[in-house]
Amino acid sequence: MSMLHTVNKSPFNNDALSKCLQCAQPGSSILFIEDGVYASREGTTFTDSVKEALKDKQVYVLQPDLDARGMNSSLIDGIKTVDYSGFVDLTTEHDSVQSWL
Amino acid sequence: MSDAEQITKKFMYINRKAPYGTIYAWESLEVVLIAAAFDQDISLAFIDDGVYQLTKGQKTEAIGLKNFSATYRALGDYDIQKIYVEKESLETRGLTLDDLQHLVYEDEDDDYAEKDSIKLVSADELGKIMEEQNVVLSF
Repeated sequence: MSMLHTVNKSPFNNDALSKCLQCAQPGSSILFIEDGVYASREGTTFTDSVKEALKDKQVYVLQPDLDARGMNSSLIDGIKTVDYSGFVDLTTEHDSVQSWL
Repeated sequence: MSDAEQITKKFMYINRKAPYGTIYAWESLEVVLIAAAFDQDISLAFIDDGVYQLTKGQKTEAIGLKNFSATYRALGDYDIQKIYVEKESLETRGLTLDDLQHLVYEDEDDDYAEKDSIKLVSADELGKIMEEQNVVLSF
């Protein structure tokens, strides 16, 4: 059973990302949306833990939320961008979704 | 009114939230623009996730929200000349001043020369500036 985890909070003022990374199992997927997209940037204090997750999980980020926040550059290598229909595809490809709010 | 003397106070607006995810950033900007009409000594501080409000290249069409980032460039026209950005907050987020919009004001005491509004400060320096204020408003 594979799970999709979504994170919609900035990692800097909420522990949703940290808890997600602790719980997410190998082979599962993580999608950053809304203020969660700030975790996808290279060079932050969370970059190492996101890279660690990339070793055995897929990590995605929602492009429209990156665009809105001016965060298009310096994406961590290996993170894939998706649009809204890609978001829908991810929810259908996984057995269940956990939203880390 | 017999006493028409203007009392000027020092107001600081402290911004600690990212734009778009919550309404705080937009609300703060609206209050700042209103307050600017009252001719007070205004400064803005951007710390923690607040620094994200000032990033370049925001494009909000696809999320269906108003892009208010250009409004920060109008602050100089409202005579808001002091915009403090906390250094450590940028660093922990992998950002530099180059990732932020270039904000300027015209200095009327210096032949309207264009000067940078953004001043990079440490948390300690910012704390001292906070203590000098008459009024501090938090967002």
